[in-house]
Amino acid sequence: MIELTINGQKRRVDAEGDTPLLWVLRDDLGMTGTKYGCGIAQCGACSVMIDGTVTRSCVTPVESVASAQITTIEAVEADPVGARVVEAWVKHQVPQCGYCQSGQVMAATSLLKQNARPSDADVEAAMTNLCRCGTYNAIKAAVRDVAGLAPAQEHGA
Amino acid sequence: MTEWTPLDPALAQALPTGAPVNVSRRGFLGAAGAGTLVLGFGLPMGGARAQAAGGAAAITPGTRVPAFLAIGPDGAIRLQSPFAEGGQGTWTALAQIVGEELDADPASFVVENAPPGPDYRVMPGGIRFTGGSMSVRSSYDTMRRLGASARAVLIQAAAQRLSVPVAELTTQPGRVVHQASGRSLGYGELAPHALDLAVPATPPALKDPKDFRWIGKPQARLDVRAKSTGKAQFSIDTKVDGMLHAAVQHAPRLGLTVGKIRNEAAVKAMKGVHSVHVLDGAVAVVAPRFWHARRAVEAAQVDWLEPSGATYRPMPATFSTADHAAHLATVQGTEEVAESSGDVAKAFAAAKSTVSATYHSQYLNHAQLEPPSALARFNADGTLDMWFPNQAPDMFLAEVAKVSGLPPEKIRIHSPLLGGFFGRHFLYPKGNPYPQAIELAKRVNAPVKLIWTREEEFLRDPLRPMAAVRFRGALDAAGMPLAIEAVSATEGPGEGIADKRSGKIDPSALEGLTGKSYAVANTRIAQIFVKSPTTLAYWRSVGNSMNDFFYEAFLDELADQGGQDPYAVRQHLLAGNARLTTLLKAVVDLSGGWKRGPFKAADGTTRARGMAMASPFGTQTAAIAEVSISDGQVTVHEVWQAIDPGSIVNPAIITAQVNSAVALGVSQALVEEAAYKNGERVARNFDGYPILTPDRMPRVHVRIVESGEKMGGIGEPGLPAVPPAVVNAVSRLRGKRVRALPIGTLA
Repeated sequence: MIELTINGQKRRVDAEGDTPLLWVLRDDLGMTGTKYGCGIAQCGACSVMIDGTVTRSCVTPVESVASAQITTIEAVEADPVGARVVEAWVKHQVPQCGYCQSGQVMAATSLLKQNARPSDADVEAAMTNLCRCGTYNAIKAAVRDVAGLAPAQEHGA
Repeated sequence: MTEWTPLDPALAQALPTGAPVNVSRRGFLGAAGAGTLVLGFGLPMGGARAQAAGGAAAITPGTRVPAFLAIGPDGAIRLQSPFAEGGQGTWTALAQIVGEELDADPASFVVENAPPGPDYRVMPGGIRFTGGSMSVRSSYDTMRRLGASARAVLIQAAAQRLSVPVAELTTQPGRVVHQASGRSLGYGELAPHALDLAVPATPPALKDPKDFRWIGKPQARLDVRAKSTGKAQFSIDTKVDGMLHAAVQHAPRLGLTVGKIRNEAAVKAMKGVHSVHVLDGAVAVVAPRFWHARRAVEAAQVDWLEPSGATYRPMPATFSTADHAAHLATVQGTEEVAESSGDVAKAFAAAKSTVSATYHSQYLNHAQLEPPSALARFNADGTLDMWFPNQAPDMFLAEVAKVSGLPPEKIRIHSPLLGGFFGRHFLYPKGNPYPQAIELAKRVNAPVKLIWTREEEFLRDPLRPMAAVRFRGALDAAGMPLAIEAVSATEGPGEGIADKRSGKIDPSALEGLTGKSYAVANTRIAQIFVKSPTTLAYWRSVGNSMNDFFYEAFLDELADQGGQDPYAVRQHLLAGNARLTTLLKAVVDLSGGWKRGPFKAADGTTRARGMAMASPFGTQTAAIAEVSISDGQVTVHEVWQAIDPGSIVNPAIITAQVNSAVALGVSQALVEEAAYKNGERVARNFDGYPILTPDRMPRVHVRIVESGEKMGGIGEPGLPAVPPAVVNAVSRLRGKRVRALPIGTLA
């Protein structure tokens, strides 16, 4: 048994220590907001926050986060920054298929919690998750909006 | 995909299109087996029940209001959509269209993917699939009539409730209003009373488009909040009681079969393993947890056997994409002419100068972020429930019936949100996981959810075709194109999926070489059929995804040879075509005026621009791309695109779809290639098969032009002009033509 702290709640799971956190979340705990996309930390669909830092849960052994605060998309709106990120996602109509967007929201929330006023270079360095629908410009606009930056990013007419 | 071509002609039924009808409350609810006080009945109706409800032959698709709409007491409107939602925004557009005529705010709609059944086969010919950028344009009139019929029924119910003539009633969003008395009733209050009323014998008049309240406006998408908070449910998220998980290891080459699992005992003994199974061309492990299933199946050491008899498109052990490209470039064979005009031979004889060039496209994965999955549950009553991503529920139902051995009326197909599709979720032989899930669920006597890992997906995902196109062009004394000949060595996706030729040229093989709008007097567009060793698929914008690249890049070569500017050449070839002249000017204006370059940008980089046009899926597009090159790496800084779909439903969604199509277009132009060596995939995940990353996404500028012509598609048309616009800019900048994709790293 491993005890985890997920979204502020203690959860006990019967999983081997090397099981990726992603599958513990999805299959053991039924928290399917965190997505599987590649399994090798390439796409970022599985992004969660570990002690506030965005982490790709598909390659994170569950035993390595037993003493950490794990935040998933299910609780993102409980975080004031996360709530603002979600509102910006809605305002900028970011998602298309939506599959990668849990991870995108987590990545943006982590960035903005650590750096409330990121530069464009900071945003580019932090927002590396893949989106096959190509919502990248809308993502950038939403992040800039939360950061209070001017809407330099045009993604419409 | 070509317009109005059924993917499976056997499913096409010549059903009449008639006026909407109401369905008796007792008949409908009786058949469905439950009753709620709402107008109509939506969700729990499986395909079998929908068919039983009226007899398939009696149903005119898109007319039975209760099959589509349910209005709750709170006024919330549930709409059963004939089309899947995978990011392209169709569900929001349908809510706008139905809501417009129903007079109900689209924001009050909850849209769901309808089960199979004749009600929802609303496309011409009585078919149903989500693809070909057809959803909105093929159902626009039908869905408007449906909304208008529902409104008429609600007004009738209000007339009875209020004891006033129908003619005295009007509506405001969500309410029927009797202005004379100031009384009104919400749709939610009226819905129970509307159930038994017949729709009017005379179809209600539709609104004048100038009175539209929602159509044509940037309505917010209905699914954005759920998709921003992890609440949206995809097939891969589905869970049922008692469910086991499964993972597979496919044969490295299609067609190989399992000889034996050398370490089967050890695999069975691995932690968490329920059972190990030999399937057709794969081994599977079933386990209570997916991680255990996956880990065990990947540990399996399998002896694979060469196929002993005929099998679907077996992959030869010698196949390499590099060799195949060389073969396509030089292979001789029958040139089947798809399109011709004038006299090409005479034009070449009279030409001032000529140009020849061979162009190449690459195989592409769909690379939708949600890996395919399938959940199969056999029920105690002899029925089967299936959940899987699909673009055509009725077609999948027919195949599930064959695979499971159950009659269609005992099968329920559930079609959740698609985590991207781009053509991935049609029926593809050996390319969908549902047959494996059905087989495993039978064997273990429990519900089984099978997920294909990314690696297994990239191995079995059918691909966008490869082609090599041999061009010849002739120029007149003024340096303008006199003749263009294109001979494409390729196999089209339609004939590839069917694995047989129809006797005619597969239109999806050549679209984009054919159907160009330029007034070139002498043309000859032909195919040399060369079977692809891989499986093939429809991929966003299908033939246009590569053929417009070939044509538009070669057109720039002709312009250069003739000493002409590419913009001037296109204007010349569009003389008299007001629609496309306007469109081309629109994109030039949007970009601040035509500036081919090279020029110095403010950041010190040297840049150039390229332009291209396309006519895909009933829509017209024109694009300009601005690029720079540094250390052999191409950066696409800006893409401007003007798009004319005739008329529109939601400009915000169109802008989003153009952004999306630009991303895929730039991705295939710069980085993507599904390569093979020795019959095996070189890369089976995103580390070796890169897709466009955020740092390489250009800024995108969209101008929508509404010409008023027949409505065209939106999901795909933004793509085809992008790769050639990028390539034309890159070629200008280097002073040397790029003739193959992906561009990759330039020498």
